[in-house]
Amino acid sequence: MTDTFTFTIDGVQVEAEPGQTVIEACDAAGVYIPRLCHHPELPPVGQCRLCTCKIDGRMLGACVTPAARGMVVESDTEALNEDRRRLVEMYFVEGNHFCPTCEKSGDCELQALGYRLGMVGPQLSHLWPKREIDARHPDIYIDHNRCILCSRCIRASKLLDGKSVFGFEGRGIEMRLAVMAETLDETALAAADRAVSVCPVGCIVVKRRGYHVPYGKRHFDETPIGADIEARRKG
Amino acid sequence: MTGQVTAGTADGTLDEIFGRIAPEARNLMAIAQAAQQRLGHLSDATIEGIAARLHVPPVDVRDMVSFYAFLNLSPKGRFHIRLSRSPVSLIKGAQAVADAFAAAIGVAMGETSADGHFTLDWTSDIGMADQEPAALINGTVVTRLEPADAAPIVAALRQRDGANSLPLFPGGDAAGAALPKAVVASGLELRGPVLLGAAAADGQGLRAALDLAPEEVIREVTRSRLRGRGGAGFPTGMKWKLCRQAPGAAHHLLCNADEGEPGTFKDRLLLAEFPDLVFEGMTIAGYAIGATEGLIYLRGEYAYLWDRLQDALEDRRRRGLLGRSVCGREGFDFDIRIHLGAGAYVCGEESALIESLEGRRGTPRDRPPFPTERGHRSEPTAVDNVETFACVTRVLGLGADWFARHGTPESTGTKLLCVSGDCPRPGVYEVPFGITVNEVLDMVGAPEAGFVQMGGPSGQCVAPKDYGRRIAFEDLATGGSVIVFGPGRDVLDVARQFADFFAHESCGWCTPCRVGTTLLRQGMERLLAGQASVGELRQLEEVAVTVARTSRCGLGQTAPNPILSTMRNFPEAYEALLRPGDFVPRLDLEAAIAPAAAIRAEARS
Repeated sequence: MTDTFTFTIDGVQVEAEPGQTVIEACDAAGVYIPRLCHHPELPPVGQCRLCTCKIDGRMLGACVTPAARGMVVESDTEALNEDRRRLVEMYFVEGNHFCPTCEKSGDCELQALGYRLGMVGPQLSHLWPKREIDARHPDIYIDHNRCILCSRCIRASKLLDGKSVFGFEGRGIEMRLAVMAETLDETALAAADRAVSVCPVGCIVVKRRGYHVPYGKRHFDETPIGADIEARRKG
Repeated sequence: MTGQVTAGTADGTLDEIFGRIAPEARNLMAIAQAAQQRLGHLSDATIEGIAARLHVPPVDVRDMVSFYAFLNLSPKGRFHIRLSRSPVSLIKGAQAVADAFAAAIGVAMGETSADGHFTLDWTSDIGMADQEPAALINGTVVTRLEPADAAPIVAALRQRDGANSLPLFPGGDAAGAALPKAVVASGLELRGPVLLGAAAADGQGLRAALDLAPEEVIREVTRSRLRGRGGAGFPTGMKWKLCRQAPGAAHHLLCNADEGEPGTFKDRLLLAEFPDLVFEGMTIAGYAIGATEGLIYLRGEYAYLWDRLQDALEDRRRRGLLGRSVCGREGFDFDIRIHLGAGAYVCGEESALIESLEGRRGTPRDRPPFPTERGHRSEPTAVDNVETFACVTRVLGLGADWFARHGTPESTGTKLLCVSGDCPRPGVYEVPFGITVNEVLDMVGAPEAGFVQMGGPSGQCVAPKDYGRRIAFEDLATGGSVIVFGPGRDVLDVARQFADFFAHESCGWCTPCRVGTTLLRQGMERLLAGQASVGELRQLEEVAVTVARTSRCGLGQTAPNPILSTMRNFPEAYEALLRPGDFVPRLDLEAAIAPAAAIRAEARS
């Protein structure tokens, strides 16, 4: 690439290509910015706001902000991490998340971010919403209690699987993940779909596989979230 | 349902609608509105029928439809009565009016009567703060309601048969005229020297503009130092310049008439009484940025203006002021269309407005890119407020220098203030920028005001110590809303109501706003119920700060303002409500074990 350029994040110089977002350039350079809704194979949507950084003095989502020459980005600051901790807490009180009984524990990105950001336990009031579980599909079940409305499945189903099984419904705190049919088994969803594997939490789960890897030996039990990205860092 | 409006089968109705409206996804809003007008609500079958005709997944149609308060997924009454709920309407007695309607119909708020005739609901401020309590009955506005009005209105509605029902979209104007209280007063209280009082000949601004090159028009607007009247105050000339210079197959002009900020009703006045002032400004803007069409995004609550606006547009076409070769100017074709919203405050945010215009849920976009670069149909777009266009007409008609002589150096011209609440003369006042709060309060007859909400819920709560401050972009900015509260009003209860408003209007897309606005509402409720400690108050402030810092758009970024500005200006009000100690358990132990205690007591006796 002839027209690459650089910008800095927390004082570290990062090289970027035209068209890259801040988070893409930082990922490639081995600088981890926390995120939940962002997925490298899907177009960014800026929903979770965990990747909010101070970019040239403005609060912007790193996943939706194009990288630009000479940008000055602040990410790993006490104030921003405080915001992120609070956003993760908001997820925990918005849904019904019971880590000790969840098949995804140890592989869950929400849980892993709670640990990485030093969340001790939700101080905010739980909203205790009443949400549905649909286990009628032979190979997959969906537990809306654990949905964080990140839209990864919506995007993946439409763009990677070509199926459009999911969408949103309602607005504000009543917003929910909608399934295209009355029940999940009436849709074209299959266990091998990317819409299933991109779920960052234990919302869309493949049946009969939950405990193949025991607790304690799972992905984030071994290494904290973001470690894979940070391993790319040179020098 | 006996009262259900049915015009044939859903399929037949959709065929008829699709005969009129092009089967394109961006027309989904107009299609949904037309379908609901004919079928009463949008059933699963209707949604599937629309999706099939548009060749999109049904889940996408449901996504859009479920977002808007005025689109119904389930059957509603033939007459949907929506009472405006805001601090102002409640001050003016909306609760008693609501009770009277509930009694007259025989349902509770939120319910539909068993005979299918009526649905009774609250809705957010409908732009009638100067004549509350007010309500929408389908598309018709009724104002200055008293409890005694409920029974006659309900009786009059009952007598209408299905064919004569009030259509929701658009224009219930004529059909509703026979209803008691179906009158919207103009609200004009004071004509200032620039917008409403200036004696400028009709068409003068447009002809002056057409004598200039488009770039020169932009230079004139820049020289006037006109700033956007929606509240943010972005320099209009700069916006147009950016838009004109941005490359694109077409350039678009949008007029933001989604006047949803509670306590604002100046655009209602301009569109109802001075539409030519607005249309002329839009035509000038279209010429300046190189657009061939101007689109007005009219809030659903103002559907009653539909026929009047269409007539005014038709009149301009007849006079050669719109259409091909405007004013005889070869090569300049420009027309104006109106797009009706469907009850979502967030659509006043310019990028959400564009999303909504294109037939999707009103979710704001991330910026950059800004609309001037990639807006409507991903092409360069200028979005300006109704009042801004009226100003443009004056800038071109009477001169940039003349315009800039009014107001302050940083905020030139005049501002339409919408005054409501505890004052004897509510209404629209055109005043020069730089006027103090004290001067405004004297003018409207409320010198003893206890506090003033400036700029609506997203603005700030001003205490008497700050009444010397000036209304201008450089000091106290407002999109127009000035809500006056008398000395006896509870400032924290007002903040709680505004927190409730934001929780209701959050689009839900981003987490800080979706969850945070509900947490803020709950926090204020707990505080007012005397259940909050100093620790909880600190937490409330922390949540408010995170919501303001990390939300995606202006709605979330300003949603904590009612709380943060009252914390700053009225700390003693908060302190007075705090429970002693650092921590008050959220669980009320006494209340939680009361049922068990009652059973035990019963067993003993």
